[in-house]
Amino acid sequence: MSSEGNVAVHVHRDDEATKLGMWLFLFTELTLFGGLFLIYAVYRFTHQADFHIAAQNMDTFIGALNTIILLTSSLTMVLSITAIRRGSKKLSLLFQGITIFFGFIFLLNKYFEWSHEIHLGNFPGSEILLSKSQGDILFFGLYYVMTGLHGLHVIIGMIVIAIMMRFTLKNVITRNNNIKLEVAGLYWHLIDIIWIFLFPLFYLIS
Amino acid sequence: MEEKEKHSLTNHSYSVYIIVWLALLTFTAITVAVAGINFGNATIAIALIIASIKTYLVLTIFMHLKIENNTFKVFIIIAIFFLIVTFVLLFSDYSNI
Repeated sequence: MSSEGNVAVHVHRDDEATKLGMWLFLFTELTLFGGLFLIYAVYRFTHQADFHIAAQNMDTFIGALNTIILLTSSLTMVLSITAIRRGSKKLSLLFQGITIFFGFIFLLNKYFEWSHEIHLGNFPGSEILLSKSQGDILFFGLYYVMTGLHGLHVIIGMIVIAIMMRFTLKNVITRNNNIKLEVAGLYWHLIDIIWIFLFPLFYLIS
Repeated sequence: MEEKEKHSLTNHSYSVYIIVWLALLTFTAITVAVAGINFGNATIAIALIIASIKTYLVLTIFMHLKIENNTFKVFIIIAIFFLIVTFVLLFSDYSNI
């Protein structure tokens, strides 16, 4: 694309390779979460009744709310890319900011949710949880590991987008050179996809 | 090639994404509503099918796979294929117990 204008200096850039690199990284994320989903599938299969009872502790409303928040953040992420491609730097920055804000709200909900569960004694190693069935223990173990790892990804994603905002401000990301924002978006959407599966598997099985 | 690519990218309007977002929200509402009804063993299947449809929308539209060249599509199909193979093999093992 840089060859289009009267660009005197040729900057070496390969957007396709950049995207492919990001996708390869996302595949490693797929194996990371895929492994956890496999463990979930097996334990759910072997402890069906326990999983159903344990899932009654989950707050479907907060789960659904977080789904809506994350889906909306994905929308604002993709809109920020569209905005910069249309040449609107301010709008792109606004959308990136909103995306980070939604990520923050998501984590805030998660905080309240975890606090509630911990208050009830449903945390790994607690006397109350250990007195329950094997399936309950497994369910909450997986719940904390999987939503925790996902939450960690949300935090990393927010940091990445914050860096992208700085790049946009400094004109490193521009109308004709926005691949960094695009691949940051890919990462954020993967986080969304993981949540799309986590939500029904943990909140909607009671 | 470059011209064509640029054209297809700038062609994307905001409205496409907003429509997809609304579709995603609708599917979320459906999955919550369906979870309240007891379909027995089909419940989990329905939930996973809806999640897969949502994932497809995110991959193709939000992650721009629809306008990406075929190399990406092939890579992603292979990755998902092997993930599914892993699950199928695992359950072919467990169903014998």
